[in-house]
Amino acid sequence: MEVRKVMAGLKDATAIVGIGRTAFAKHLPEDERTLACRAVLAALDDAGISPGEVDALASYTMEETDEVELAKAVGFGDLSFFSKVGYGGGGSCATVAHLAAAIAAGQATVGVAWRSRKRGSGPRPWTNTAVQLPTPGQWTRPFGLLRPADEIAMLTRRYMHEYGATRDHLFNVALACRNRANQNPAAMMYDRPLTREMYMTSRWISEPLCLYDNCLETDGALACVVVSRERARDCRQRPVYVHSAAQGLPAQHHGMVNYWNDDPLTGPAWTAARHLWKHADFTPQDVDVAQIYDAFTPLILLSLEGYGFCGRGEGGAFTEGGALEIGGRLPLNTAGGGLSEAYVHGFNLITEGVRQLRGSSTAQVPGAATCLVTAGEGVPTSALLLRS
Amino acid sequence: MLSPVIDPEGAPFWRYAAQGELRVQACADCGEPRFPPRPCCPHCQSFAAEWRRMSGHGRIWSYVVPHPPLLPDYAEQAPYNVVLVELAEAPRIRLVGNLVARAGARLDSIPPDRVRIGAKVRVVFTDDGVPQWVYG
Repeated sequence: MEVRKVMAGLKDATAIVGIGRTAFAKHLPEDERTLACRAVLAALDDAGISPGEVDALASYTMEETDEVELAKAVGFGDLSFFSKVGYGGGGSCATVAHLAAAIAAGQATVGVAWRSRKRGSGPRPWTNTAVQLPTPGQWTRPFGLLRPADEIAMLTRRYMHEYGATRDHLFNVALACRNRANQNPAAMMYDRPLTREMYMTSRWISEPLCLYDNCLETDGALACVVVSRERARDCRQRPVYVHSAAQGLPAQHHGMVNYWNDDPLTGPAWTAARHLWKHADFTPQDVDVAQIYDAFTPLILLSLEGYGFCGRGEGGAFTEGGALEIGGRLPLNTAGGGLSEAYVHGFNLITEGVRQLRGSSTAQVPGAATCLVTAGEGVPTSALLLRS
Repeated sequence: MLSPVIDPEGAPFWRYAAQGELRVQACADCGEPRFPPRPCCPHCQSFAAEWRRMSGHGRIWSYVVPHPPLLPDYAEQAPYNVVLVELAEAPRIRLVGNLVARAGARLDSIPPDRVRIGAKVRVVFTDDGVPQWVYG
């Protein structure tokens, strides 16, 4: 009789057992390397694992602190796996996914993922005219399409035209994130409530996107620790299992200037979602809470569609009736997200997903047992399904 | 203003633009147009390419109106429009550009509230060989 070998895969093979962060602020005095060290050591302390046990690292290609600097500063052991993921905020969940894959495959035992960034006090990347990428920058930047906000606004305008989404739908996203930040003392917008009046009368950044459709500019660092499910049982915290993980780069995709294919209003979320759900034991209807990448409010509408919470063109309508608030059908970005807690390329969405499944969020969804975490939509992306 | 930083694949586009011609790369074997230009055809994998002349007519697929903070040359003209024009002969190709009153005019020469999705436009070129778009 034929015996079929089924690969064990990643499902619940690993868990996030430690999270750490620095303060979040427009300006922190310490440099990125120091902030990285603080976040990583905090995450290891949270897990109850000593730095000498770490043998795997993962971060973003945009990360300034490299493995050598981090390892020698905090006293890691011998590293046998290290990986960096490209595409800015699209790589956030992939850092955890790469560690999970390495650990499940036996290449490493204790992995640390991190991101440290001084985007609050440092320069805005788009102001650098010297590193104007020839492709696709030669087709966009001379015409004054200079910033990520402009590139995404172009897709947003078409989305609104095509599907009848309105600024109120974008406001629903901004408001849900702000309301959760108002419950989170660590959030940059903790004591800054948002009203519809403030949103509708705020200054434009790139019409149809206004100030409140854009994420914060933050100095800060975060980290998390990934180990095997067996090892996780011995750690200090309740394990949060990596149930499913995916990266996504769709055919003929062009990043944030996804203007040159049949359907610019679908993106990497759809590709990541297909793999994510294929390997999961539950469906979008079973997700208790979501941490969806929110560099810009319209990315939430696209992601709601891409990850299967609603159909094409229904992302705007999905946000109505308090759907994204606590008690709504999909509580969103419960620490405030990139829009209102901190913008550190989405790493704070991973750590908040962990807090929700530990039951320790400042805006706890009662009984939350499953959480979707996503990386940037509109760039080659990644996503995680976490479960308690 | 930023000048295009041209790569080898994109150079023919700008060379033709300097002659007042709008051309896009197309596969010389299967005929499929592609943008941005790249070394080979994603449909048939052929490395043979040609530069196909377009009529220069299209429709506005979407547009934005940037406001500061912007680079100084652009901030000085803000708010201005940036349009995405779907080419009549190659609807999958949507060129980023500016809708202006006439060839060579400033980015803010058309009031933002006069820009519409679906509007018919045609290409013109500045003296420097940069494509722009006017109504028609």
